[in-house]
Amino acid sequence: MSTAPKQAPRAGTDAPARRRRASRALRTPGGLSVRLDVRALTVVVVLLAAALGAGVLLIGTGEFPISTGDVVRTLLGDGNPGQELVVIDMRLPRVLVALLVGASLGLGGALFQALSRNPLGSPDILGLSQGATAGALVVIVLVSGDARQVTLGALAGGLATGLAIYLLAWKRGVHGYRLVLVGIGMSAIMTAVNGYLLTKADMVDAARAVVWMTGSLSGRDWAQVWPLLALCAVLVPLVLGNGRALRMMEMGDDVSYALGVRVERVRLLLMLAAVLLTAAATAAAGPVSFVALTAPQLARRLTRSPGPNLLPSLCMGATLLVTADWTSQRVFGADQLPVGVVTGVLGGVYLLWLLVTERRAGRI
Amino acid sequence: MSAGGGLGGEATHGPNNRRSTVNRLSADNVTLAYDQRVIAEQLSVEIPDHSFTVIVGPNACGKSTLLRALSRMLKPAEGRVLLDGKAIQSMPPKKVARTLGLLPQSSIAPDGITVADLVGRGRYPHQGILRQWSAEDERVVRESMEQTGVAELADRYVDELSGGQRQRVWIAMALAQQTPLLLLDEPTTYLDIQHQIDVLDLCAELHEEQGRTLVAVLHDLNHAARYATHLIALRDGRVVAEGAPGDVVTAELVEEVFGLRCQVIDDPETGTPLVVPAARKARVKAAVTGAP
Amino acid sequence: MPVTPRRRALRAVGLLVSALILVAVALTSIAVGAKQLSLGEVWHGLFASTGTYADVVVDDRISRTVLGLLAGAALGLAGAVLQALTRNPLADPGLLGINAGASAAVVTAITFFGVTSLSGYVWFAFAGAAGVGALVWFLGGSRGATPVRLALAGTAISAALYGYLQAVMILDNAALNKMRFWTVGSLTSATDSTIRQVLPFLVAGMVLALCLARPLNAMEMGDDTARALGARLNRTRVLSMLAATVLCGAATAACGPIVFVGLMVPHVVRSFTGPDLRWILPYAAVLSPVLLLGADVIGRVVARPSELQVGIVTAILGGPVFIFLVRRRRTAQL
Repeated sequence: MSTAPKQAPRAGTDAPARRRRASRALRTPGGLSVRLDVRALTVVVVLLAAALGAGVLLIGTGEFPISTGDVVRTLLGDGNPGQELVVIDMRLPRVLVALLVGASLGLGGALFQALSRNPLGSPDILGLSQGATAGALVVIVLVSGDARQVTLGALAGGLATGLAIYLLAWKRGVHGYRLVLVGIGMSAIMTAVNGYLLTKADMVDAARAVVWMTGSLSGRDWAQVWPLLALCAVLVPLVLGNGRALRMMEMGDDVSYALGVRVERVRLLLMLAAVLLTAAATAAAGPVSFVALTAPQLARRLTRSPGPNLLPSLCMGATLLVTADWTSQRVFGADQLPVGVVTGVLGGVYLLWLLVTERRAGRI
Repeated sequence: MSAGGGLGGEATHGPNNRRSTVNRLSADNVTLAYDQRVIAEQLSVEIPDHSFTVIVGPNACGKSTLLRALSRMLKPAEGRVLLDGKAIQSMPPKKVARTLGLLPQSSIAPDGITVADLVGRGRYPHQGILRQWSAEDERVVRESMEQTGVAELADRYVDELSGGQRQRVWIAMALAQQTPLLLLDEPTTYLDIQHQIDVLDLCAELHEEQGRTLVAVLHDLNHAARYATHLIALRDGRVVAEGAPGDVVTAELVEEVFGLRCQVIDDPETGTPLVVPAARKARVKAAVTGAP
Repeated sequence: MPVTPRRRALRAVGLLVSALILVAVALTSIAVGAKQLSLGEVWHGLFASTGTYADVVVDDRISRTVLGLLAGAALGLAGAVLQALTRNPLADPGLLGINAGASAAVVTAITFFGVTSLSGYVWFAFAGAAGVGALVWFLGGSRGATPVRLALAGTAISAALYGYLQAVMILDNAALNKMRFWTVGSLTSATDSTIRQVLPFLVAGMVLALCLARPLNAMEMGDDTARALGARLNRTRVLSMLAATVLCGAATAACGPIVFVGLMVPHVVRSFTGPDLRWILPYAAVLSPVLLLGADVIGRVVARPSELQVGIVTAILGGPVFIFLVRRRRTAQL
């Protein structure tokens, strides 16, 4: 294998020289080659480590605090039965759900932003969360179902809404703008439906509903983990495999066509994947706000790479959500406040910061 | 209705042989429409191999639409576009992209992308999941940047460049595709005159020194007459004339296609036709008296 | 399309007809409701009120109708002004996050300031609406605002504010109980005193909006053309945003968030009056209450003996209409 580093601080002609990000290509004698962006790869590794580290910390937090060393020992199979009960049966599933939901939202958000070519594009915008909420509310208010049924209802609601939005936006192909605007309309309809259901509920159901609607990880067990894991195992490789095509599509439909990208097919596939990931994540944890919006942007700032940054967004989403949950547990006490509140605050701060930077950049 | 006017210069087919297999790219009786609005009906066009073909015509005559159809971006409502004898719509997209390159009018440079990265993206049709960046790719990118004169800008961010520089970067990207045919949709719009000539000179180089077939839509008739080896004049979705500029560009044709009174002289630099519009007073007088 | 005297006369007649329709709808709103009253009882309640149960119902309905008229007109005018200001035919005050701002402010009032009555938190709603309106305007790019940027900015800010709202509702059950009814938008929560509170703002906003017709007309053609014609762009922009926010804020403060009225009516009106705001605004002011009261009546009738709040009806009717409008436009213009 030979590496061919491509970096050269050039003595510029007029403008100051720019140091390029080192990117390497690993080549085999057989003609195969893989292109690696060193910085992006580093970011991914660091974020993964951070996510797992935060996960371990989270397992140790709660009504029965367990030290980090004990947590690790228990995970490796070497703890006492009491700790095993708490760690493996109660807390590990919650952390796994947090990791998977965060990852799905991060990836889904990156896909939406790339496909709509807008940094404010996010599945929240499209009304998917409201659709999933409608499904969940129907179960909570009308059927008084248990957690499993709520999950199913939310999944059904999210998927149905996603499908409806896509079909309604379809007019010989789907363009980003129309999709966003149809989604906004759908979102308003679903919000009204949800509002209605909330007024019809009794106080207990209403309280339960609002907790769900904020996005919460409490009480998540293995029943939520397996479906989410299976879905991610299928969708993530599929999405990442189409990453190169998506990178071309950033340059506009015309250029992508010219380069031989099957634009409509890739767009459809990736939209479907994004909807599925978002619907599954929302079904598992409720509509957790802002992870899908902020994770891709934060990832991009770390990697400083102009592409869709799919893998970094995935890792950033996982890290964000686990960290948010840990923060919520530590600051407000175990299970007092749903994780969606912390991500909401994060989102608010992000928006304000965006406002400031956009103003400074003269774009406002 | 197919071509009127003579087919001068490198005529490659006889009077009855519209569907010549000699030319790689052609449109065969196509009807082009957007959303029920028909732009051209039953249009047949041949792009002679190794020519520098330019399509001209007034606004909304269908020239960009024709180019989009030739480049596979617009599916004809009827008829087909043929590339190497096969219908272009039925060929695998990457295969087409290795044969036919396109410089579109509207392209978006992603934020924060460098020139070398952008040019590198032109290698996509030659790459795959396991063949992401070969030594060949690097060489071609370097050559393309040198050819278009943007090699010193390799590390700069594209959004910092001037309009002329940016256009050359996009051309470099199209060149990196290494296609024998290259389509350009109004490559000189929004550029100042120096850069317009720069781009056109580059196209002439690609055509003469590398033997590529170029098809360009230009809105400036004089540029078209100067650089083209084969001219196609469209009006209202029909070919009014096609052939070598020397044969096609006449005062009568310009009046018929563009509705402009003029005289056509020889360009003192290149000898190609140069259109000189009639002075306003002369045109007004002619309109009033009805003189030819 | 030159405006011939004939066309002008047609438009004037149309306006008159619309006003008559409004009167008819208003009367329907008084006569029809979840509780069925005979026409005689309605008449009695209107003109010879003695305090019977039926009279009280009629009295309530009158208040409700008046509120519907005012709020409807306010929303319609706000929508028309925003559409002209952003040059975006799909602008709606609700989509720009103003509703979220009002809701967040109201819940803050209830939970942190212990305000319990509508007349108390009406000011908060107002302030919240105004604040968010300005914020969305800036975040959406103010001068460079495109339809999608504004909508996205509005939705993003709404999401943040609704998150806050939900957090408070989780922690404070009383707030939850109040807010879940307020946020759906209804004409019944306001009392006469509330109406009196917001009335000056509604009137001021309407007058301001109507005066902005000519300057906004000039802005329709693009900034450069407008400047060349002598329009004072910045002043017009600020005043328009002010008018829209005041109108929308006041209406939302009294009724809770109501979406799509401000979007649909000006859009429909535009299709038969053309782009001249001197006609669009009066028509919007007259026809929006028709829509709002009509939706209210539907809400009363459809779910007897209880009612469907007007905010829900307008969303469920308006959403599909909005989507239909989006589909009709060519992508390039969005």
